[in-house]
Amino acid sequence: MKFGIIVFPGSNCDRDMATVTQGILNLPTRMVWHQDTDINDLDVVVIPGGFSYGDYLRCGAIAQFSPVMNSIIEHAKAGKYVFGVCNGFQILTEVGLLPGALIRNRDLHFICDRVRVRVERNDLIWTRKYSKQQVVTYPIAHGEGRYFADEDTLKALEENNQVLFRYCSARGEINEEHNPNGSLNSIAGIVNQQGNILGMMPHPERASDAAIGINDGLAMFEGLVMAIA
Amino acid sequence: MKKTTTPFSPEEIAAEGIKPEEYQEIINRLGRHPNKAELGMFGVMWSEHCCYKNSRPLLSQFPTTGKRILVGPGENAGVVDLGDGLQLAFKIESHNHPSAIEPFQGSATGVGGILRDIFTMGARPIAILNSLRFGNLEDVRTRRIFNGVVEGISHYGNAIGVPTVGGEVYFDPAYAGNPLVNAMALGLMETDEIVKAGASGIGNPVIYVGSTTGRDGMGGASFASAELTDESMDDRPAVQVGDPFLEKSLVEACLEAFKTGAVVAAQDMGAAGLTCSTAEMAEKGNVGIELDLDKIPARENGMIPYEYLLSESQERMLFVGEKGREQELIDIFHRWGLHAVVAGEVIEETVVRILYKGEIAANIPARALSDDTPIYHRELMQEVPEYAQKAWGWTADSLPACDYEGLYVRENYLTWNDILLKLLDTPTIASKHWVYRQYDHQVQNNTILLPGGADAAVVRVRPIGAKPEDFQTGVAATTDCNPRYVYLNPYEGAKYAVAEAARNLSCVGAEPIAVTDNLNFGSPEKPIGYWQLANACRGVADACREMDTPVTGGNVSLYNETLDSAGNPQAIYPTPVIGMVGLVPDIRKICGQSWTTEEDIIYLLGSSSSTINHQPSTIPQLGASEYLAVVHNIIAGKPPEIDFALEKTVQAACRYGIRQEWVNSAHDCAEGGLAVALAESCMGNGFGAEVNLNVTTQQRLDEVLFGESGNRIVVSVNPENSSQWEAYLTEILQNNWSKIGKVMPLESSLKITTQDNLRLINVKIVNMKNIWYRAIQKRLDAS
Repeated sequence: MKFGIIVFPGSNCDRDMATVTQGILNLPTRMVWHQDTDINDLDVVVIPGGFSYGDYLRCGAIAQFSPVMNSIIEHAKAGKYVFGVCNGFQILTEVGLLPGALIRNRDLHFICDRVRVRVERNDLIWTRKYSKQQVVTYPIAHGEGRYFADEDTLKALEENNQVLFRYCSARGEINEEHNPNGSLNSIAGIVNQQGNILGMMPHPERASDAAIGINDGLAMFEGLVMAIA
Repeated sequence: MKKTTTPFSPEEIAAEGIKPEEYQEIINRLGRHPNKAELGMFGVMWSEHCCYKNSRPLLSQFPTTGKRILVGPGENAGVVDLGDGLQLAFKIESHNHPSAIEPFQGSATGVGGILRDIFTMGARPIAILNSLRFGNLEDVRTRRIFNGVVEGISHYGNAIGVPTVGGEVYFDPAYAGNPLVNAMALGLMETDEIVKAGASGIGNPVIYVGSTTGRDGMGGASFASAELTDESMDDRPAVQVGDPFLEKSLVEACLEAFKTGAVVAAQDMGAAGLTCSTAEMAEKGNVGIELDLDKIPARENGMIPYEYLLSESQERMLFVGEKGREQELIDIFHRWGLHAVVAGEVIEETVVRILYKGEIAANIPARALSDDTPIYHRELMQEVPEYAQKAWGWTADSLPACDYEGLYVRENYLTWNDILLKLLDTPTIASKHWVYRQYDHQVQNNTILLPGGADAAVVRVRPIGAKPEDFQTGVAATTDCNPRYVYLNPYEGAKYAVAEAARNLSCVGAEPIAVTDNLNFGSPEKPIGYWQLANACRGVADACREMDTPVTGGNVSLYNETLDSAGNPQAIYPTPVIGMVGLVPDIRKICGQSWTTEEDIIYLLGSSSSTINHQPSTIPQLGASEYLAVVHNIIAGKPPEIDFALEKTVQAACRYGIRQEWVNSAHDCAEGGLAVALAESCMGNGFGAEVNLNVTTQQRLDEVLFGESGNRIVVSVNPENSSQWEAYLTEILQNNWSKIGKVMPLESSLKITTQDNLRLINVKIVNMKNIWYRAIQKRLDAS
């Protein structure tokens, strides 16, 4: 089981991700520079959070043209795992591996907080160590995290059960009060139809270390290990 | 003296911020008239911002050495030893004037600048704090500045991936025209050797790295060293534009470059850009630097030497490399998409020599620019200024009488409940979540205490790539200054700021170790301005000695005054911001400010039930208090004085209790006094409290509830540990502590009663929280 974490100029959660996979779970992990193209040795490709290429045109818009991106697309098409967090999720939608888009937060401000999300299904590798409808706490930190898609896309996502995480209250209720950024259908994370590509705005890698007082995210990484090992 | 024809008009000289007598000094040092570029270089280098001409004699009294101090003042940042091979670089810097004119870029580049100071030393930035002061939020312009500043900090800090973990925000009309934006950064040394600024090795290449040089930020240092006027808006080109993405790459590339061992010295280009970096590197190394402007990557065509030399374009650094290893360094920067060129070399003659199109464009002894600069020893007025004398004459006797439920304020009867809620609704006291929620405070996975939850920030000190389980050391950091105290008594107020910073660190269980200070003052050329500056510096120096927290550097920002349209200068409150860092030996043994467990016992440290053992000045009092300002609209009285013996013992007791894991929460009593401290400890986690105070209605109850003083900390302790804790307290604090109440269930109330059970305060947690939490947002929505 080998993790590869893509490093774009401007990535800033790459090391946090490695801290979990390598520093806490002792899994083989290597950093993949955005100009590298050989990623055949990897089982899970992680596109971490940050501000790739400064996010100057639009979040994730420039990263889609980086040399490593074609290899990631091939990796995904081969059914292998791709995991995008925050800016990584934005990149996955820009490149078309996931539907929809992430737009400016409802109140127009960057939000950093710890929020509750509900696990919508647990039959995928990503969430197999959670129970269905479990409410977990993850950090968020984004200015453009409001999930947006046209009506048909949204309908398809719901029908295919592609929504993996939704923002919710402590008791698991889905409502606007507990939707921090105004995402449609309170969407916090989605998968592709096959379930091998996950994109999410919350940061499970920032919630995997008891020493910083929050470790609801560790189960996701443990689930990945269990599936492969 | 022989008359010579000056090649510049008095206006041209004044435009560079140079006084006529300083121009003569320039001639004395050069032995000739300067040319235009040289005049500009002197203008920026002899500004207060760069050469501390007014403050240097005062700064020299600060204690700067100690067993943990590795690098003191003079380098890009101070460095302290945390033990176990961990070394921390830290520094604070102001960006006040740019933020007044262009709030977003002003504050963003303030963050960028302080981060460069940190990684120039070879340290990886691990945390940012901000000390901010604005006018009243009722004012539209203040709202615009406040919004812009917060957004600018958020923009830069979030993108570069350094958590913004703490700081402070005050609102007061004194800052309406001249906000204060002080940014502090902490970094963990990543290179084997601390990288310093002194150039060495004749013939070694001088390498320019980072971004291009453009016309932005021209003369920002001089601009920062003059009063703001109505025309200052025209100085917007003096504000730089920041690019956090570029700086993120610069951090990585610089640290990589330093690790090769091929970098001899490094200096970031902040104020006065190329001029300052070449002059300082040459002067500190007692060598010279020759720099060819034709090699500098330019952002635009047609720039003249004056513009190159005074540009404050961001994200640039100057290195001295090892001869023969230039390419190795250049390759690293190119890999990160950054410029890197050999632009000059270290020379023997101790001058800064600038070449442009094959000719010498400037040739100045390095010392004349950065060491042998003007110094003004100003005369300290002997009398206490009239405003202070008048304020000191105020006593609480002039206030309306209280009864046990409240008092009349301008015809209206206000209960203590009303007053508590009014104080919680004051933006200075209110929750700052609107601010810190816009900052990424969790990136890097080391933030142990989140903003808003504790008296100081705590981050784990973990080298990059290291396993979390292997590192239990933490560092705590805070910024503090109650400017009203300093205004009313600069000496006592400055001492209080140092004591309070240390107290805040102690409240999370950290041992205070060192200080970086940001002295924000008005004009030192005015007797009152200088009186404030001189006395505050003496206060900082004395208090740092008392608390054993040496000063490792900082920043001086003078001329924080705005001229109104009638031309009358309005000075800010004198504001010596104390940035302090503390050592947390074990991050598992810390605490926040909020109650954690029902039935825990609440104690007040530093205050006995009797007043016999106190100097009168350390008893909670209303002079200079938030209560007096907010409720009675009075700015007067004497601020509290610190009793250092008591202060140190109280802090030590608090730290000991936390490390024994007896204390579950600790919070100092600051603005708003005991009542506000108790309310804040309730609101964080939602637990209530019942508190019985050993007072009678014979005393002024507003003094008891809202009076302010140093030396006081509210803690909560598990009942199982209370007997050990009380025995310990009696031993070290004698009777300077009292048991005052207990923690009540979630979402209950805060109740405060007197000895004879008269109820002074009874407010539901939810009611307090609604007001406290929404106070800032509510005022912003009003626009």
